[in-house]
Amino acid sequence: MAVDATVAPAAARRSLGELLGVVFGPVGQLLAFIVGSAASLSLIVILLALVFSPGQPDIMQRVVIILPQVIIDGLVRGFLFATIALGYTMVYGVLEFINFAHGEVFMIGGVVGATVSFLLVSAGAMDSIPPLVFVLLVVLVAMAFCGMLAVTVERIAYRPLRGAPRLVPLISAIGMSLILQDFARLVMTNSPLGFNARYQTPDFGQPIQLFSMQVGERSVPVILGPRDLIFIITATLMLIVLNYIVNVTKLGKAIRATAQDMPTASLMGIDVNRIIALTFLIGGALGGAAGALFGLRIGTVNPYMGLIPGLKAFTAAVLGGIGNITGAMVGGVVLGFLEAFVAAYLSIFTGGNFSGAAYADIAAFSILILLLIFRPSGLLGEATTQKV
Amino acid sequence: MTTGASSQSLWQRVTAPLSSGPTAYAFLAFYVLICSFLLLTNPRTELSTDIVFVLFMLSMLVAYRARVATWFKVVLGVIALGIVLPYFGTLNPFYIDVATQAGIFTALALGLNVVVGFAGLLDLGYVAFFAVGAYAWGIFSTTQISNINPAWGPVDPVMFYPFLIIGLILGLITGVLLGLPVLRLRGDYLAIVTLGFGEVIRVVANNLDRPINITNGSQGIRDIERPPLVLVDLVRNLGVVADDNRLYQLFFYYLVLIIVLLTVIVVARLKNSRIGRAWEAIREDEVAAVAQGIPRVRMKLLAFAIGASFAGVMGVVFASKQLFINPPTFDLLRSINILAMVILGGMGSIPGAMLGAIIVTMLDLQILPRLASVLREAQAAGAPIPRQFDPTQYQRLFFGLLLVIMMIFRPEGLWPDERRREEQHEVEITDEELEADKLTKPTGAETGR
Repeated sequence: MAVDATVAPAAARRSLGELLGVVFGPVGQLLAFIVGSAASLSLIVILLALVFSPGQPDIMQRVVIILPQVIIDGLVRGFLFATIALGYTMVYGVLEFINFAHGEVFMIGGVVGATVSFLLVSAGAMDSIPPLVFVLLVVLVAMAFCGMLAVTVERIAYRPLRGAPRLVPLISAIGMSLILQDFARLVMTNSPLGFNARYQTPDFGQPIQLFSMQVGERSVPVILGPRDLIFIITATLMLIVLNYIVNVTKLGKAIRATAQDMPTASLMGIDVNRIIALTFLIGGALGGAAGALFGLRIGTVNPYMGLIPGLKAFTAAVLGGIGNITGAMVGGVVLGFLEAFVAAYLSIFTGGNFSGAAYADIAAFSILILLLIFRPSGLLGEATTQKV
Repeated sequence: MTTGASSQSLWQRVTAPLSSGPTAYAFLAFYVLICSFLLLTNPRTELSTDIVFVLFMLSMLVAYRARVATWFKVVLGVIALGIVLPYFGTLNPFYIDVATQAGIFTALALGLNVVVGFAGLLDLGYVAFFAVGAYAWGIFSTTQISNINPAWGPVDPVMFYPFLIIGLILGLITGVLLGLPVLRLRGDYLAIVTLGFGEVIRVVANNLDRPINITNGSQGIRDIERPPLVLVDLVRNLGVVADDNRLYQLFFYYLVLIIVLLTVIVVARLKNSRIGRAWEAIREDEVAAVAQGIPRVRMKLLAFAIGASFAGVMGVVFASKQLFINPPTFDLLRSINILAMVILGGMGSIPGAMLGAIIVTMLDLQILPRLASVLREAQAAGAPIPRQFDPTQYQRLFFGLLLVIMMIFRPEGLWPDERRREEQHEVEITDEELEADKLTKPTGAETGR
């Protein structure tokens, strides 16, 4: 693994401009990928509609009407995968190990969020609390809880296995994921939450109408739900903060050093165990925040909701180039768009024979398989020199 | 035994006389006799019978491990599994069903053991190949087939036997198709891809009722054909009074027994063959193995395909035995279940995989339900147990704990493969133990097969 240029000693004194570049550069990259993938997928869909239009004259209209909403949906899905993928990619960067239980950390984040909201409702404080304070409260509690949980899991199930053959910690992680699922179920079904816990929120207000689109005679409004907006903003903020931590602070330098070469890092006076625990803490906190926000968006949480998003987030991490933080975000967004487009358009183009929602999962995994065959290093593969 | 740890010396001192020499013959015969007697005199379904039943199943593994003549083992096996157990099954059909189920999972665990244990490829979607076999027979033996082409009707039930081969080939093809792209990858990517593939197969089975109703979607396929009974008149003439369902239970029991035996033979031969050693080399050190001229991808593909083909065959048997299959039968938990068997028994160890399969199936079908009823009684008596808690519903918790605990404390499994044990405890083997190993090796070699 080549050494990242920014790790050079001179990096200690970086100008403000450089610093901003390091912290906000990835956001620009992410934006480029968002625009790029949305545009190219829209183009593909419109071209397909053109191909089909001789047979079905109204297909173009049907495609165009839902297009903006599909893009927004893709963006939200993408940010969901991206925030979970960050946890996978950080742990993979340091330990080269797939933290299988990360999807469950995400799920527990949702459950913690639902618990907080339940407590607020039963205290009668739900109506008086401002929505933004509620979001902040839920996210922070979920982050704290899930960060601690991830560290505990690492301490119990992974640390004793460090240095064992590769399969051993992976199997332990799978076991941990099953334990967390059923433990959450045990707690939820024996508490007032129930298996499908309701996730009540204060009123976030009306959806925002971005603009209205003129299709033929009809005017189609394009709306963005406030919850979706919260999700996107929070995820972007988390990316920026994470980039700051990893690329600017001393802790980040220690994490990068550990990821590059663990024995050497420990020779340089870095407490490797502490750094690994911190990596789990950060990854777990991000996963927990994603879970709390996801539950808030869909309104219910259940103990088995972590598996599939977890798998897709892993796909996203691989798609972006595993071990690369910006890659995880980019991969998540690209995967989210792909999935949203498949879910929305598959049934239109196959005349309703294949339900898009059901085959969207298959699309995600097919992408994973194809990607691993043709480009195992991921979209930002070249940039994987920086491993965290 | 070549295990040289001093903590086991007491255990060894007790078991050594019982596992070799004339005492072993007497002990084994006595053991099997007592268990059989207890089973046959008390065929009711209750806790004591469960325990005796588990002991009875374990007797086969004890016999396998003991240093007695092969003919004695064979005779013991034939008597216990071929006569006593089926006869007990006519007295209490529940247990023969458990035994058949254990047999099916034993074959699956042996198949997965080839992939995970021998070749070191973690396959989390093993049940997908099982589903392929099951759906193949499910579709072709019922009217589902007419949905694909109205001119085709269900195949004759006799076709079950050729379909065992077809299931094998289908499993093989699926395994190769999936393995070809992904086996070049690192091990942990493979785990995720196979997991994804398992989910894909389930989703496809769930949704392939449109545009053509092939799998009947989430409702599943019912009324799957069973093959015609063989030797019915002979069995009836022997004085066994049983209706067709009972006879089918016996039939499937024997069928599964034969398949398991064949599987064991094939797997054992493979393990000691050139191929088996190539797998082991790849598992231990891929780079070194390639440097030795082992065709890495081809060997991995072979392991993957062989494992998948066992699952394909068992899928056909399973569909036919259950009469009904639906997509949730083939979910991730089932794959994890089989993986837990292999890991519990010991990756790469054939008797280990069998032991694991038996223990996990027992846990699933007998011990957890029993625990549930015990808990219910305790709860009725006023013990502070949550009302919702039902151990049979918490298999994930148990399997999860099992996996984590095994990985931390005994990654080589309950019945480890010799070489595997050394690999997992590489660091811990001190010089002293190596010396002890050398001293005991000659005796081990004498009795080794």
